[in-house]
Amino acid sequence: MTYFLAQVLNGLSYGLVLSLIAAGFAIVFTSTGVLNFAHGSVVLLGAYLVAVLHPTLGFWPSLLVGMAGSALVGVAINALLVRHLADQNAGTAAILMLGVDIVLLTELTRRIGNQVLTLGAPWGASVVRFGDVSLPTGRVVAAGVTVVAFAGLWYLFARTDLGVGMRAAAADGPTASLMGIRLTRTAATGWALAGVLAAVAGVFLTSFPAPGVAPTVALSAFAAIPAWVLGGFDSVPGAVVGGLVIGLTSALVTGYEGDLERFVGTGFGEVAPYVVMIVVLLVRPSGLLGSKEAVRV
Amino acid sequence: MSELRGNPWPRRVGGLVLVLVALALPLALSDFWLQTGLFVMAAAIGAVGLTLLVGVAGQLSLGHAAFAAIGAYVYAWSTGEATSTVGGAGLPPLAGLVLAAVVSALVGAAFSPVAGRLRGIYLGLATLGLVFVVRHLLVNLDQWTGGFTGRSVESFALGGFSFSNSDPDYLAVAGVEFEGLHRLWYLFLVLALAACWLAGNLRSGRTGRAWANVRDSETAAAAMGIGVARAKASVFVVSSAYAGVAGAMLALAYGRVAPDVFSLTASVDFLVMIVLGGLGSVGGAVVGALFVTALPLVLAEYSGSLPFLAAPGSGGLDPSTASRIVYGLAIIAVLLFLRGGLAGAARRLRHGSAPGAPPSAPGPTPHDPLSTHDVGRPAGGPARSKETTP
Repeated sequence: MTYFLAQVLNGLSYGLVLSLIAAGFAIVFTSTGVLNFAHGSVVLLGAYLVAVLHPTLGFWPSLLVGMAGSALVGVAINALLVRHLADQNAGTAAILMLGVDIVLLTELTRRIGNQVLTLGAPWGASVVRFGDVSLPTGRVVAAGVTVVAFAGLWYLFARTDLGVGMRAAAADGPTASLMGIRLTRTAATGWALAGVLAAVAGVFLTSFPAPGVAPTVALSAFAAIPAWVLGGFDSVPGAVVGGLVIGLTSALVTGYEGDLERFVGTGFGEVAPYVVMIVVLLVRPSGLLGSKEAVRV
Repeated sequence: MSELRGNPWPRRVGGLVLVLVALALPLALSDFWLQTGLFVMAAAIGAVGLTLLVGVAGQLSLGHAAFAAIGAYVYAWSTGEATSTVGGAGLPPLAGLVLAAVVSALVGAAFSPVAGRLRGIYLGLATLGLVFVVRHLLVNLDQWTGGFTGRSVESFALGGFSFSNSDPDYLAVAGVEFEGLHRLWYLFLVLALAACWLAGNLRSGRTGRAWANVRDSETAAAAMGIGVARAKASVFVVSSAYAGVAGAMLALAYGRVAPDVFSLTASVDFLVMIVLGGLGSVGGAVVGALFVTALPLVLAEYSGSLPFLAAPGSGGLDPSTASRIVYGLAIIAVLLFLRGGLAGAARRLRHGSAPGAPPSAPGPTPHDPLSTHDVGRPAGGPARSKETTP
């Protein structure tokens, strides 16, 4: 029972980190219609900046720099590349992001090399105990920060002019533009927000129990794609639900690998999120909370 | 069609010259270039299959490598002899090649209910799942696949003539000894030409028009009497069969199959090939395959003579890093500056028109297959007016 509880807590806290990344996918998609394959590299970039800067600046200032850097890169990708695509459609944009991802990831991999950079996070490798169950402090902080972040996002989208403008732009671009909402500004805000969330998620993905900043982090950010798709392409609450489902699934499948091995083979934990995603898509083609795509005849 | 396409002779003569050059190349090339050529031809067949699926029929797939993997392993298993560690059926290689295409096609058909239900990017991401699932199976079904390390592949043979270094042991044409690589070159060339010819005919025939109609509007296609589900299933079957053959050819070219060959990167590479070449264009897919496959190999081979590259491990810009960055930058540059990819650029050159206004292409036009969304600004933005629907 304790073991089960530990796996559940582990899964939920990991799921919350995934949902930060998934929300980044969702926000970029709703604000500009881009399937951001470079998001994993942006996550890595944020963590890398923190890891490189913390010896001189200290952890918190370097976290701020990491967030700003990731946001800036996102905004620059949108302003310099996405808006100048020769064929403006979602397919070419997705491939463009693959190209950006290759460049960014290769450069970061080259800089990091074989070393595993540490983050210097104040919670270090400490552990919090809840009765019999223990959880890394980093994960507890991550859960708290994620809840605060999503509360902030809710406030932004529900209560501020900027957020409401972003929703209007996503719902109907031309009309929103006629109503005086500047689409370039809402798009830039979306990319910046996604970058900030990515940097925060990157820090949590690379601090304890993970060994540190290594290029594979960009790949584990890929695990957020099923979370995003499962929740629904254009839904931030969906990203939370999707993240939790995927986090739980992979924690439980990995945790009980010994018992499951006879049926599904080894290493199923990496595949399970995608299986869940395909099954959910078959039942609900627009994800759990996504809005149905209207078909215009 | 010929009266719509204008004078077909320059194209035919050009094609003939290219084929003659390809036939003569093994006489002159070194083993490195022959090997590169084999990989290019194998990738080209996969890319042509994918361009039918994504470019012509508008069904985004990130799972092409999964189908290629199935083809490769079916070939390896069906032609391989059973040993103590891995099974094998010991069938003749030709049967193995056909089986690779058939099994891949069947898996494609099995996947088509999913494809029928999902659209655009959702479909692309569901096929992304396929790559991971297939990879998982390859690693775990080790009595057939050899697990992580993979298994070796029997060389191709046809009626006692082996496409390897032996049997006949010595074969020379015009003073050049024809070894396994030379022999495979001709086998691959025949397969690649057949694949391109078939794809071109499919694309401009009744089937291809139905696919293009489904891409442009499923509702309109259904109203015209096209069975949408059937059309989607058929394009998945055809494209998977192409991927299966490509996989079997890759297995032959490597002489070995392993799960890592068919990773997500391979799927992405296939997609990049067809986008660089121009969606929906068969020739573009071949050129894209040439670029994507040959670039890293060539940069790695000649890194010693390129002054700006450092030796691997020295911390500088080593060849594999450089080729990845060039590769990424090339993708970005083509997407930013070449409308319709290389094929679109070639078409504009032929018609001598301004870059902003490409003439409507013959046959199904490669355009906007994936989504109704515009990009860079929210859906339905002003960018829509830039489209050139014929």
